Parts: sequence; structure tokens; C-alpha cells
Amino acid sequence: MFVDKDNVHEIVALVKVGGTTVSGLITMDDLTNEEILEILDDAERLLPVAKGELYLPLLQGRILGNLFFEPSTRTRMSFETAMKRLGGDVVNLGDVKTSSVVKGETLFDTIQMVDGYTDIIAMRHPRQGAAQYAQDSARVPILNGGDGAGHHPTQTMLDLFTIKQAHGKLEGLKVVLAGDLRYGRTVHSLSHALTRFGCELIFASPELLRMPAEIVSDLQAHGATITETEDLYSMMNDADVVYMTRIQKERFSDEDEYAKVAGAYKLHANHLSDVKAGMIIMHPLPRVDEIHPSVDATRHARYFEQAFNGVVARMALLCKLLGVKVPTDVKKAGGAL
Amino acid sequence: MSNEHSMRRVTAIRNGTVIDHIPQGHALTVLDMLGIDDKTSVPVSLVMNVPSKKMGSKDIIKVEDRELTQAELDRLALVAPDAHVAIIRAYTVAEKMTINLGDEIVDVVQCTYSNCITSNLREPLPHRLKVVSRDPLEIRCHYCGRPQDLDELVNNVL
Repeated sequence: MFVDKDNVHEIVALVKVGGTTVSGLITMDDLTNEEILEILDDAERLLPVAKGELYLPLLQGRILGNLFFEPSTRTRMSFETAMKRLGGDVVNLGDVKTSSVVKGETLFDTIQMVDGYTDIIAMRHPRQGAAQYAQDSARVPILNGGDGAGHHPTQTMLDLFTIKQAHGKLEGLKVVLAGDLRYGRTVHSLSHALTRFGCELIFASPELLRMPAEIVSDLQAHGATITETEDLYSMMNDADVVYMTRIQKERFSDEDEYAKVAGAYKLHANHLSDVKAGMIIMHPLPRVDEIHPSVDATRHARYFEQAFNGVVARMALLCKLLGVKVPTDVKKAGGAL
Repeated sequence: MSNEHSMRRVTAIRNGTVIDHIPQGHALTVLDMLGIDDKTSVPVSLVMNVPSKKMGSKDIIKVEDRELTQAELDRLALVAPDAHVAIIRAYTVAEKMTINLGDEIVDVVQCTYSNCITSNLREPLPHRLKVVSRDPLEIRCHYCGRPQDLDELVNNVL
């Protein structure tokens, strides 16, 4: 169905009639600090369920629509695992190349269809703003799993969970964000959230991949203390968190430009001799060569736990957006598998 | 040259709308934004590059037998925010109107970011830009959040 633009306002109004006030998670601005901490507490309590030690079907009868218009491994799989661990079910868009999208279907029409099939939608799309567009088209909540170079708030929630697990708090930490800060949507969302918790930020990147000026000015307007540098290694010694990112080849239209910055940072265990004992190294994965495997065995490496935390953070988010309360005593409420 | 003389470059109109003090060179964009094109049947007079005491040079448009609405005029806020608008009835100014920049600009211009979801013109939801600051003027796309290049934006009239 292609909707006549002249009628679309009425149609959107109609599909929203009778629904509750739907709010998805498009950017971190959709959550207050209190809500963030509440969701992280819920996630902490859901850990035994995420690990499969306890059965707690809080989302039984609910269906998640997984709409991934560009490749994803961890985000898509962790959403699916999160839903299934909570007793819910998942329908997938599948390969974009074999879906209606390749026939020219608009995002609006795709959302109208999936909106009718599901209770909540997780979405990744190559175009920036697609998640907000989807939310404006839908009755069900949209969870933004990445929109172009825009936002990736569910990744931010698992990142915050990982940081809080390691340091017991979010407030006042010194965090180095390194690598592709220009196109890296994970660092865009994360830096906004860290600013709200009063963290000091160090942006380490090649000149070509600096954090976009509008984001830096937004963060500063919210009181952020920011240092921008190309020198990652000298900034690590005082840091509580070093967050590495991959230089994303797929975001470059010019191969020569990519070649200039590829391999800009290669973090090796040898670089860690003077860092704080409790400093953690994170990475949204997949990595290429920005973290050498020698780092994996150090006490600082947290990226694989971080990837696992994607399940538990998304479980808590699914509950929150579907209005399902996570029991205070999960062990009492849950049963054996 | 006085404003009075410059206004006489075209004859006074009996009924319609006069848009004066359009920034020099933007009259064609204004016509575009008002949807006035070769299919328009009412007489339209266009004067460009007229000397102006206040602006140096300016453009003027007179549309006969059509009274532009406030909503139509507000579409001009991006290109001619300080234009003077007069509704003419029986050769006299019956009403003076101002152009207002609202908090949101809907379906007037398209986001300037090439990778915004709205760059697919088949997507049916309205193009929405938010005015986040007036001085200095800062406009962002409702969907992708990107700040808009104001010079480029006036070339993105829908």
C-alpha cells in the first residue's frame, strides 16, 4: 500500500487513535537519568534469567518484530535472545534483499505492516532519522538499534550497565572514547549519556574522524568537560574507561580516505603497564585490529562481557517499554528451567 | 531612488497581495515557495534588484486577485523573514501582515542531510524541521536531528 501524502496525516492520526501514549527509545533523550538507573537495576536482577539459570516468562504472549535493514550480529541476536529468555516470541524481517524493501516499499508501509503483527519493534536502518520516522508511523514502541550515523541507545544502555558493573557507579568517571567518533553512532549516544552523569570525556581520534562539531557543542551546552586529541595512549593512564571503536570501512565512499585512517590505533597489552588497576577496556564489536588479542587476557578487557550484557540490558528495556514490571525478587518469581 | 518610485515600476493593483522587502535575488524562490508557477492564471508582477534605502537592493512581488493566507506567508520565513506584506482591496491597503517563523517548519523545505530518511521522497510523512534557536537561527531536522545549512536549505524547497 502506498499512502497518498495528502492523506497521511489523517492515516497516522487514525492508527494512533485508541492506542496508549507510545514512547519508544529513539535517542537517550527519551529516558531520564532516574529511568536509566531503574532500567539498569532491573537488568541486574534479570541476570540469572539472561544466563539461563532461571525461567521467568514475563513477556509470554508478546511478539518482537526484528527489522534490521542493514547487517547486525550482536544487536539482532541479543534482542532475539532477550525476548526468548523472557518467554516472548520474535518475527524477523529476514534478508532485506528478499523482502518487500527491494521492491521499493517505503519504510512507512513496512512499519504499518509490522506494527500490526507485533507488540514492539527493534530496528536498524542505514538512514539517519529512520527510527524517529518509524516511531511517528507506528502504534507500538520502536527500539532504535542504530540509524545511519545517528543514535544507538540500546547499545548505550548495555555500555552503561557494563560501566556500572565495573565501577559501581556512573557519576564522575573519566572516559576515553577512541577511534571513529565521526560515524560511530555508539559513541554519539554514549557521550550524551555520560555527560548527563557528569563524566569527563576524552575524544581520541584521527582528525578526519573527530566527533561532529554539533555533538561537541551540544555536549558542552549540557556542561560536559571535553578534551579532543589524536593521542590515545597518553590519555589512558588516568582513565576509568577506554572505549575503543572500529574504523568503519562501510561508512567511507572514498577508499583513499579510509586508507588514511585505517589502523590509526592498535591497542596492545604493552600499552597497559601504567593504567589504573580498575580501568576497563570496552568495544561495541566487531573489532578489526584496534584491540590486539594480547589485551583479551588482561583484567582490563570487558568487551566480551559487554556483548553478553546486550541481552540483559535489552531484556530490561523490553520490559520497560512494554510496561511489564520486573519483580523485586526475581528468584522467588522465577522457576527452574 | 525612493521607495515610492520603485513601487511604480509596476502599476498599482486593484485587489491582491503585495510582498515588499524581499531580499534581493530571492523573488523567484518566494514564487516557488508560494506555488506560483506557469499554471497560475492570475496576473503576477515581479520586480527584482530594486534600490532600497533599508536593504540596498530588494525584490517585490505583486499577486493580483489573490489574498495570501497567513499559513502561506509563514512558508516564506526562511527566505524573507522581514518582508512587508499588504493585502490590497480597491487599490488601498486593507490589511498589513507579518511573516512568522514558527517552532516547526512543516512540508516547506527538505532536510539538507543527504542520508536523512526523508531524502527518499516517496516516504509519505511530512518533512519536519524544528527551530531550536532564533538568535542565531538554528534549525534541525525532526527525524535525523542534523543542524541545517541555512544557505543550502533555501534551495531545498519542496
